[in-house]
Amino acid sequence: MAGFDKRVYSYEEAMAGLEDGMTVISGGFGLCGIPENLIAEIQHRGTRDLTVVSNNCGVDGFGLGVLLVDRQIRKVVASYVGENALFEKQLLSGEIEVVLTPQGTLAEKMRAGGAGIPAFFTATGVGTPVADGKEVREFKGRKYLMEESITGDFAIVKGWKADHFGNVVYRHTAQNFNPLAATAGKITVVEVEEIVEPGELDPSQIHTPGIYVDRVICGTFEKRIEQRTVRK
Amino acid sequence: MALSREQMAQRVAREMQDGYYVNLGIGIPTLVANYIPEGMEVMLQSENGLLGMGAFPTDAEVDADMINAGKQTVTARIGASIFSSAESFAMIRGGHIDLTVLGAFEVDVEGNIASWMIPGKLVKGMGGAMDLVAGADNIIVTMTHASKDGESKLLSRCSLPLTGAGCIKRVLTDLAYLEIKDGAFVLKERAPGVSVEEIVAKTAGKLIVPDHVPEMQFAAQ
Repeated sequence: MAGFDKRVYSYEEAMAGLEDGMTVISGGFGLCGIPENLIAEIQHRGTRDLTVVSNNCGVDGFGLGVLLVDRQIRKVVASYVGENALFEKQLLSGEIEVVLTPQGTLAEKMRAGGAGIPAFFTATGVGTPVADGKEVREFKGRKYLMEESITGDFAIVKGWKADHFGNVVYRHTAQNFNPLAATAGKITVVEVEEIVEPGELDPSQIHTPGIYVDRVICGTFEKRIEQRTVRK
Repeated sequence: MALSREQMAQRVAREMQDGYYVNLGIGIPTLVANYIPEGMEVMLQSENGLLGMGAFPTDAEVDADMINAGKQTVTARIGASIFSSAESFAMIRGGHIDLTVLGAFEVDVEGNIASWMIPGKLVKGMGGAMDLVAGADNIIVTMTHASKDGESKLLSRCSLPLTGAGCIKRVLTDLAYLEIKDGAFVLKERAPGVSVEEIVAKTAGKLIVPDHVPEMQFAAQ
């Protein structure tokens, strides 16, 4: 790699340096906008004892669900994990730990982590089990929880288009957690559908500026749909 | 007769106002979109990052990158915007949503809501529900008045782990429309043909019954 050329040409290279026990932050909502090939590469590498931070944990056999097969995940931080039978089994048997986190709090934990803010206060979760063990402080007569931000050893991100500088745009609601995850990784890896020529992306339309991105790889995607719903 | 799911959606839709930004939860709340009054413009927010949710797509329009918070394929209407999950919850937490409609397992006289966890059974997670109830001022909870076994879901104190504390002021059940005020449910309307006595019998929490409780009106379908 030279200068600002962040392109890599193999998934092995894209995930180089990932080790047992690391924290991986992943973009995606359900199966929409997930870095499916980067996840598959983690499965292939056989990395273990991972802490995975992601809104969901995939489904059986796809997305982050593939990392459950060989018990590569030790802990999951997520807002909703209801689509995965293997996950349920490992949770009930105590093989995996889950920290259920409100969706907006999870998004803000990533955003804050990437922005150098160690913690923030939110009214979300006050008076609920989410508040257990957390500092509560009153501002203007209302109670707020202190929530600590999250950073990861790796962030894995799915974009639509990128240039070799690592500038990324996302497509439709496949954006979701991706730009937040991108800011919060010590090493941020973005896989995209297309790497375009320098200058092709309009600077004012960039979702993730290249400064957050360490590696870019072009892939092909299955883009599985969870709930195909059509009108007649 | 208890209200059907469609009638519950119809009743909630009457709380819409022109120009409202609205977040609809999964289940009955989703159906509310079908009954937005003619001539009224409402923008639906989906918390995965879409403001201005449109109809479900045709077969040809289906796009894996275009889904709602229920993970269903959707379209975006004219005037829509798409953004990150942090931006989406900034709108929600910041109080910018005019009306939130969501389901629940239990609600109590203090405005507490339980909707995400039944201990001993699988815990799937709260998704965005805790942010939605903490961020919105105007919330309507839709649920059946009692469980299939006849146990009231309108309680003195929620028995399940809470989603939010002291945040619910309005509840629409299949039997009644109620407000929560000063530590009690106030019966405002009853479903057509449902007696006040039945509602009293199925409400475990303190219930205030005014002298006159109007019946909800529905146009013949």
